[in-house]
Amino acid sequence: MKNIWHFFLGTIVLISKGSKGYYCWVLFLLSLMTIGAFAYAQQLNEGLIVTNMRDQVSWGFYISNFTFLVGVAAAAVLLVIPAYVYHWKPIKEIAVLGELLAVSAIVMCMMFVTMDIGHPERFWHLIPKIGLLNFPQSLLAWDVVVLNTYLAINLTVAVYILYNKYYKREPNKNITTPLLLLSIPSAISIHTVTAFLYNGLGARPFWNSSILVPRFLASAFCSGPAFMILIFFLVRKYTKFKIEDEAIQKVAEIIAYAIFINLLLLGAELFKEYYTATIHLDSFRYLFQGLHGHSALVPWIWTAMIFNVTAFVLFLNPATRRNNVTLVMGCILVFIGVYIEKGMGLVIPGFIPDVLHEIYEYAPTGIELLLAMGVWATGLFVFTMLLRVAIPIMNGDFHVADDGVGSYIGDQLFLVQQPDAVISESEPVI
Amino acid sequence: MSDTKKCDDHVLHKSRRKMLKGMAAGIGLIAMPGRDASASIWEEFFQKNFRELSKDELKAVIARLEKDYSKQYAKQITVKTTPPIEGVRYGYGLDLSRCIGCRRCVYACVKENNQSRSPQIHWIRVMQLNKEKGIDLSHAEHYYNPATVPEKGHFYMPVQCQQCEKPPCTKVCPVQATWKEQDGIVVVDYNWCIGCRYCMAACPYGARHFNWAKPSVPANDINPNTHYLGNRPRPKGVVEKCTFCIQRTREQPGRYPACEEICPVGARKFGNLLDPESEIRYLIENKRVFIFKEELNTQPKFYYFYAT
Repeated sequence: MKNIWHFFLGTIVLISKGSKGYYCWVLFLLSLMTIGAFAYAQQLNEGLIVTNMRDQVSWGFYISNFTFLVGVAAAAVLLVIPAYVYHWKPIKEIAVLGELLAVSAIVMCMMFVTMDIGHPERFWHLIPKIGLLNFPQSLLAWDVVVLNTYLAINLTVAVYILYNKYYKREPNKNITTPLLLLSIPSAISIHTVTAFLYNGLGARPFWNSSILVPRFLASAFCSGPAFMILIFFLVRKYTKFKIEDEAIQKVAEIIAYAIFINLLLLGAELFKEYYTATIHLDSFRYLFQGLHGHSALVPWIWTAMIFNVTAFVLFLNPATRRNNVTLVMGCILVFIGVYIEKGMGLVIPGFIPDVLHEIYEYAPTGIELLLAMGVWATGLFVFTMLLRVAIPIMNGDFHVADDGVGSYIGDQLFLVQQPDAVISESEPVI
Repeated sequence: MSDTKKCDDHVLHKSRRKMLKGMAAGIGLIAMPGRDASASIWEEFFQKNFRELSKDELKAVIARLEKDYSKQYAKQITVKTTPPIEGVRYGYGLDLSRCIGCRRCVYACVKENNQSRSPQIHWIRVMQLNKEKGIDLSHAEHYYNPATVPEKGHFYMPVQCQQCEKPPCTKVCPVQATWKEQDGIVVVDYNWCIGCRYCMAACPYGARHFNWAKPSVPANDINPNTHYLGNRPRPKGVVEKCTFCIQRTREQPGRYPACEEICPVGARKFGNLLDPESEIRYLIENKRVFIFKEELNTQPKFYYFYAT
């Protein structure tokens, strides 16, 4: 117990100290979180009427963000597979960063869903035995189960590995291996189940297409790893933590394949809808061309298309993939591209036209934007804190003291003095 | 899994009750000061799903609700829990050749079922369709507003909950807050619904409506004769829908749904599908009947027909 207490005290010291840049970043996040909290207070008070969602478009910006972030979370598996299935060393050293990203993304997912529901205080109705979880009938019940499982696995593995590293011990393989292997299907499951959630609705032809699950997976394997690469560059720049080019290049190659598959599947869907041109084409027309003069999403989806295709070219061409500047550009483009395509671009056209073919155009209100901003800030805050502790541990700058009880924070660079060389592993990324 | 089967699971039932009691006691302690004022809030918070309430618990819940509502609207409001009648399965018929699109049903429904007046919630939506196009929803006009109806060249199609035999909405509910009763009526427990709106995404008929804001019904206009699963006042943040006027139709002798009663042209028919002598059975057997979006296999018990 005493050991854990000292470890805990050490983490508190770590997160409370840092360079000026670190303080600015954390304060920035905290202020956004405060604004988000006020927006949420107003929404709780007045009801979801403060959003622009209505009966016709009954899910909006919150659920769009949720859907996108499930993909980001699932992508950690792309680091786990090469690291622990193929035992590829350069990625093994950084896989834990992917798990921490997964944890942060799932936290955001859960927050977005909580913000979206009318009675968050009734969450206990979802707890099996205490409430009445409609498992296995409801796909939303499945989602509750798999998201929590995935969160638990990633949190356990990451904390276990880091805690052992802190004690300069090798993690017990009998514990880590099964959990890591289990995290692979569970990463696939969170995205599959989330896709099924939309997919299983006969009332919504836009989602009721069997290609939806593979599309979800392909897009997840674009956005999540792209975010990871950006983090790798930042970590490498601002800390002593070594990340080999080889590892980054491997992830970039995977993204190239993933973007290709994503574009292919989208193309397949577009062909089917446009060539057959049934009444179900309306949602696609709303998204890509506008329908009866309503075209709020058109500029967005074309932006996404241009970004995704440009990113594909950048990732495909070995010269631009190996050039760090163009690689970072590609990552940013594909991240935004997928954010639009798998966020609003996927959720909103499911409701437009609605089941009685009414067109209600949706755009988030200020409250929705502020609240979502607050959730993103919270997620990035969680991620920053996790990295603030994890990176010194992996560098060997934060470990148990010689007496075997107290904690030792080695590198003075961590503790403010030299502004330039000081870490600040998390700069604003998006 | 059948809905009724789950309710019979007594072992589960008991352990859950124990746990809830523990939770209630724990939180009750925290809320010690001002306990009288907050008692009803905690009771509501820990209230179980309607189908899991014992007789005594149900009594207590109804007493609490009646007290709260009566106070809120300053008049006596009753909340019934009338169960389904044996041997009854409700069916609805709507004669498209008669409907003139006057929307009297829409507003009779609002009045009878205490829907929010601001923001407005309507359980019935009447679409104006083009005679030349037939039932082609992409040319439907939802907000037609001429001085007089019917308009030339048009016909009208009211849509409300179709009380599906295979309701996609109840299947997706993550907490079993909505289900199909023995008499075929799909109901919502407003005290159990978490407001996730998955059912609204699943319903092919746009029959489910969400209380985006706190519903407002002027005290003068409130219908005091209510049913727990139907027209009792709703809180904000929950989903509601047509229940075939459960507070009327389950009575013995029963009354027709408000929309059926008000229709000036007799386009609406209502009855027991299991009774071979009923009007609804006659219509199904003798008229040209169709169900809406039959390709989705939801098996509505709402039958559209052309009598002439």
